[in-house]
Amino acid sequence: MNSLFASHQKTLVIAALLAVLTAVCAWLEPRFISVDGIGLILKYAGLYGLIALGVSFVIITGGIDLSIGSWIGLSAVLFPVLLRDYGLSTTSALAVIILLSAAAGALHGLLITRLRLQPFLVTLCGLFIYRGLARIIGGNREQMVPQAQQWMRSAFVKAQPLGDLPIPSVFLLLLVAAALSAVFLNHTVWGRHLIATGRNEQAARFSGVNTSAVRITAYILCSIFAGLSGVLFLLEVNSAQGSGFGNFYELWAIAGAVLGGCSLRGGQAGVTGVLLGILMVAEVRQAVGLIVRDEFKEFVIGSFILIGVVADELLSRFLSRSR
Amino acid sequence: MSAPLLSARGISKRFAGVRALDNVSADFFQGEVVAVMGENGAGKSTLMKCLAGVHQPDSGTLTWQGKDLRITSTRRAEQLGIAFIHQELNLCDNLDVASNVFLGRELKKAGCFLDAAAMRARTAALLERIGLRIPTNTPVSSLSIGQRQLVEIARALSLDARMVIMDEPTSSLTAGETATLFSVVRDLRTAGICVVFISHRIPEITAIADRVIVLKDGRFTGTLTKSELAPDRIVSLMVGRDLPPPEPRPLRQPGPVRLEVSNLRTAAFPARQLSFSLRAGEITGAAGLVGAGRTEAARAIFGIDRPIAGTISIDGNPLTHGNPRLAIRAGLALVPEDRKEQGLILDMAIRDNLSLPRLRHFAPSGFISDAAINRSAEDLSASLSIRSTGIHKLVGELSGGNQQKVALGRWLALSPGIIILDEPTRGVDVGAKREIYSLIESLAASGTAVLVISSDLEEILRLSDRILVLHEGHLAGTLTRQEASEASVMQLATGSSPRRPAA
Repeated sequence: MNSLFASHQKTLVIAALLAVLTAVCAWLEPRFISVDGIGLILKYAGLYGLIALGVSFVIITGGIDLSIGSWIGLSAVLFPVLLRDYGLSTTSALAVIILLSAAAGALHGLLITRLRLQPFLVTLCGLFIYRGLARIIGGNREQMVPQAQQWMRSAFVKAQPLGDLPIPSVFLLLLVAAALSAVFLNHTVWGRHLIATGRNEQAARFSGVNTSAVRITAYILCSIFAGLSGVLFLLEVNSAQGSGFGNFYELWAIAGAVLGGCSLRGGQAGVTGVLLGILMVAEVRQAVGLIVRDEFKEFVIGSFILIGVVADELLSRFLSRSR
Repeated sequence: MSAPLLSARGISKRFAGVRALDNVSADFFQGEVVAVMGENGAGKSTLMKCLAGVHQPDSGTLTWQGKDLRITSTRRAEQLGIAFIHQELNLCDNLDVASNVFLGRELKKAGCFLDAAAMRARTAALLERIGLRIPTNTPVSSLSIGQRQLVEIARALSLDARMVIMDEPTSSLTAGETATLFSVVRDLRTAGICVVFISHRIPEITAIADRVIVLKDGRFTGTLTKSELAPDRIVSLMVGRDLPPPEPRPLRQPGPVRLEVSNLRTAAFPARQLSFSLRAGEITGAAGLVGAGRTEAARAIFGIDRPIAGTISIDGNPLTHGNPRLAIRAGLALVPEDRKEQGLILDMAIRDNLSLPRLRHFAPSGFISDAAINRSAEDLSASLSIRSTGIHKLVGELSGGNQQKVALGRWLALSPGIIILDEPTRGVDVGAKREIYSLIESLAASGTAVLVISSDLEEILRLSDRILVLHEGHLAGTLTRQEASEASVMQLATGSSPRRPAA
């Protein structure tokens, strides 16, 4: 059995699971697959999918980024502050956010590769520091999307009619980002080096791969995805408060990546899998609110993932035994 | 002859549909040393593990001292008196010798507190018995591989083992350590213990074994008693055919110096300096005891570790320290000692392992051409005769010999000017060994400067035009092919005859 076949097989299993989940939810609650219902699912999949893609680059290297939610909060309060208080144009404000995100990611990467600190530890500190910065910068008030930028809300978050179905533009954005990521990961030297580093960093180094550079780039990409998602989440809600905006979002992203077949041990991830995984997360969120009550959301998601990973482990043991 | 201590009848074992052992029967008597031989994948380790309770045979019976029984776990085996010493020694680095000897069977006082004094006293007696003169509170992390092997034996003795099974005990030992191990083995034999061990090294087996059992493809192919032990007979039982004798080697004319190492100091021996050079078309051997600093020097030259001081130059140009990419670009290749962790990525396909060091070559436009990778992998795989079901097979599913061919072959397409091979045939069967030797020789013939680091003296003597002997981080001497013999190398390696390196 070769590696290519194995990964395709896994993606098929995830797709089947998504189909079953969709069917069960639709059977329990017909409103689930109404036009509005689907629109909401796709919107949340789009928003969380971008950070899931970002974090999966880090997960491939065997790392983790816990600071995503805080970075989203920081970016969401920073964007209006830059526009309003510093008088920056939309483009320059976005450029500042991208640059700061890249710098934060580079800092994570450098601490992890040069000082050999553990990714969990570095990004845990990030989680606190960026949350603190978001509160300091945003003060204790709601940071609103300024009037001049209201157009961005309809352009990026609102649904675009595609035939009869309104597709949220964030979801289209996610598809574009996913396509680019897939090409990057599967068809460039850098992507192969990333996967090799995740499978076995030592052997990659002995093959002449600059494993430090590869890992640093993964953290940079992850933070850039988080920074841009912060702006998108802000556009979706229209206002953000530094103290809580984006709290725990990294966990939803990691959940999507894991459901999509990423192994936290590194070396294993596929863009298609991550897309399917985040769709599952978005569906479960939506379904719980419709079918049970919203407060059951976290409980159900947690149980769902636990059942998923246990089933995956049992299935792969069964497969390896029957081979 | 008395009744066997352990008798195995018709043992079969399958793993995931692959037959690892097929109806194997063997008897083991007390007070004898039995060697188990066979190519990689012949089922030696599986048989040993079935005897020691690690695996349960699918069918067949085990009779221990006349009683049929099932050995359901290693713990059960230990209770019966069968101790198993893994190839990758099973010691806890962070604990001391006494704690390791009694690991899992700690002596207690008042029911719950460790009785460290009693454990140390009993360990000291065991160490005394096997002639290992180290304090019982020495942390295992500070012991050499050979010493760790002896600690494992002390552990086996502490179990009152009647039978000690060792899986390739000598694979990481130097000649000196092997001699110590064998003298302990002889003492065990005198004490009536049955010692069973796996080895690839024929000279060792003729030196110590009373009997040899040979397996091939999971089947028992023959047993040879001491009087019948001849290398040719063992090899032909192992490979199932008679191998032609090695061809007489043509003399090689060394070319210009390709790699020059001067005053290299590594973290392993910060106070010692190492200088040597490698010439085009020449095979240089690096001999020495395990821990003599050979691997550390190779890592520093290739840029995996940063040396403390020294210069490394390739074709006269100094090489930047600590950067494997630049080293590769300058024409250097390293096949590391630890194939499974460093040389290869086991859960990636053959084609991906072969292409990894030169991916850029397959992506002239920035995007990788998988078709080009496949073509190149097919070519390499054919020219190296890598035996597999195809280039998409995972490297981890190949035999040791074929893995090593991949680890070596991935550098060939880069046509390196200098190649360093660290233990190129460790854990490789006899057939693949020969193929690797001829590959190394053809590299030298094509003008590559080759450095072979090996703890296998026979290998060093067979391949090398010139032998560097290292002792505790410095060059104890250089021997030409005419001067080199097992004795002359070992004298230098053990530091017993200081000798100035040839200028």
